[in-house]
Amino acid sequence: MAVASETIAVAVRPHHTLWGDAIVRLRRNKLAMAGMGFIILLSLLAIFAPLLTPYGFAQQNYSDILLGPSSKHLLGTDQLGRDTFARLLYGARTSLSVGIFTQFIVLSIGLPIGAIAGYAGGRTDNFIMRFVDVMYAFPDLLLVILLSSVFYGTRFGGSIYMLFLAIGLVAWVNISRLVRGQILSLKTRDFVSAARAMGGMGRYLTVRHLLPNSLGPVIVSITFNIPRAIFTEAALSYIGIGVKPPTPSWGAMIQDGFGLIFAKPYMLLFPAIALALLMLSFTFVGDGLRDALDPKLRR
Amino acid sequence: MFRFIVRRFLWLLLVLFVVLLITFILMHLVPGGPWDREKPLAAKVVVALNKRYGLDQPLWEQFARYIGGVVHGDLGISYSYSDRNVTSILLRGLPKTATLGVLAFILAQAIGIPFGMAAALRQNTAVDYASVLFSTIFASIPGFVLGILMMIVLSVMLHWLPTSGWGSVRQIIMPVICLAALPAAQSARITRASTLEVMRQDYVRTARSKGLKESVVRVRHIFRNSLIPVVTVAGPELANLITGSFIVENLFAIPGVGRLFVQGIYARDYSLIMGGVLFYAFTIALLNLAVDVMYATIDPRIRYD
Repeated sequence: MAVASETIAVAVRPHHTLWGDAIVRLRRNKLAMAGMGFIILLSLLAIFAPLLTPYGFAQQNYSDILLGPSSKHLLGTDQLGRDTFARLLYGARTSLSVGIFTQFIVLSIGLPIGAIAGYAGGRTDNFIMRFVDVMYAFPDLLLVILLSSVFYGTRFGGSIYMLFLAIGLVAWVNISRLVRGQILSLKTRDFVSAARAMGGMGRYLTVRHLLPNSLGPVIVSITFNIPRAIFTEAALSYIGIGVKPPTPSWGAMIQDGFGLIFAKPYMLLFPAIALALLMLSFTFVGDGLRDALDPKLRR
Repeated sequence: MFRFIVRRFLWLLLVLFVVLLITFILMHLVPGGPWDREKPLAAKVVVALNKRYGLDQPLWEQFARYIGGVVHGDLGISYSYSDRNVTSILLRGLPKTATLGVLAFILAQAIGIPFGMAAALRQNTAVDYASVLFSTIFASIPGFVLGILMMIVLSVMLHWLPTSGWGSVRQIIMPVICLAALPAAQSARITRASTLEVMRQDYVRTARSKGLKESVVRVRHIFRNSLIPVVTVAGPELANLITGSFIVENLFAIPGVGRLFVQGIYARDYSLIMGGVLFYAFTIALLNLAVDVMYATIDPRIRYD
């Protein structure tokens, strides 16, 4: 009897799926949760910005120039009388959308190219990877700067879409390398051989078995890509080839405040701190995800 | 080994050629040219200028002539600095960028490696947690935000250091710290991880069981072996330092290669842009090659053929 009940107790041990398990572990990670909390808070602030501040991001008020923080202007105003708090909130829209939407471009280029290289192997793989090597030889920021300066003169130059494209066209390289490596190692695994033995072919095998199983590292890598894209946007806008004014951007706000660093240091301080906090939050979430999805740490 | 280096070097030359080709094409896709001014120049002047700089020739011929020049160390004549060639402009910026990069690299390793080792040797203590937290923070805060924060505290509030410029030791402190923060954090993280890994290896247990002194085990067995991954990332780290110099040089108004390059972009100075790209790509490729060679020297398990 006792033996039988023990067997039953073992049998009903809850089943943990990879993703369910990962979510449990991610929830226990305090830093990752704090980061997630900040990102959600900032997203809400950015979405509901029009309700939270009476000022528009481009609204100039020449009677309120370069004011310090007060009840009327929570974080003060800049040299054109624009409300810093409003610009900070609308700037978060720019930062967050560059961070996130760029990843769609990264995925839509990097995923198929990596998958094709990894699955096809041979000459195709060689050709793609040599091209990727050349892309690697370019310093990232340099190529983004070149691309933005190419796009700057076009119709969508200086818009946020230009940044999605310029950053996305550079950042896909990492993902394609990652996906290729994943697929190369998955290809030799038994479940793939089984699927192939049952008649699974090229695209079916890749889409149904190989890609889903390489998803974990891709998600982690994408999470780390987001703060990098946010930084790149800020850096480009700071040196003046990012979004065009009056589109609010934290990088552009830093540039605006720079000349007044001695007189009004807080003008520079607020966007700089916001940028640092947002990047830190995404890094915490990325670290948490990486640990949560590490199969070696599974229960 | 020698054959490996030669092969890698030839591949490097090919990569640089393609990089230059891509840059050349991209630049000529940019609408507008180097003669665009607020007040348009007379058509005759533009034609004369194009002729003087060879811009009236077909693109492929311009590129071929450029490559021919590069082979002889001539990077062409700058469009924005009249009558100065790009080689001499870049050579003037190079010492500044190189000084910053090398100092920042040394500082980063001098901080990162000891902190990473200390964290690993005292795993799960306060030292470890503090080291991990700080390295995470500095790995994710961009250098130029750190630079701004330092400027506000050290220059504006305390008046200790000048905000910008080049020439004195005091002007160099902030940019170097700013550049060093990220690689220091990365080094600390990697040193910690690899030391933890090495500490569990059989040869460390063997060394201890032979009765070697703990200090000998730590220096000869743990330290030396845990440095291998640190060296691997040293190349990309130095490369990042050099790329990071774009922003830092602009922030601190240092007339290095990064600032020259950004000014070249503003001025549509084709030859300066090409020269900058070549400089950066060449430096990075060379560093990676150097790391591969060093890698074989410190890790006898690796052999190239």
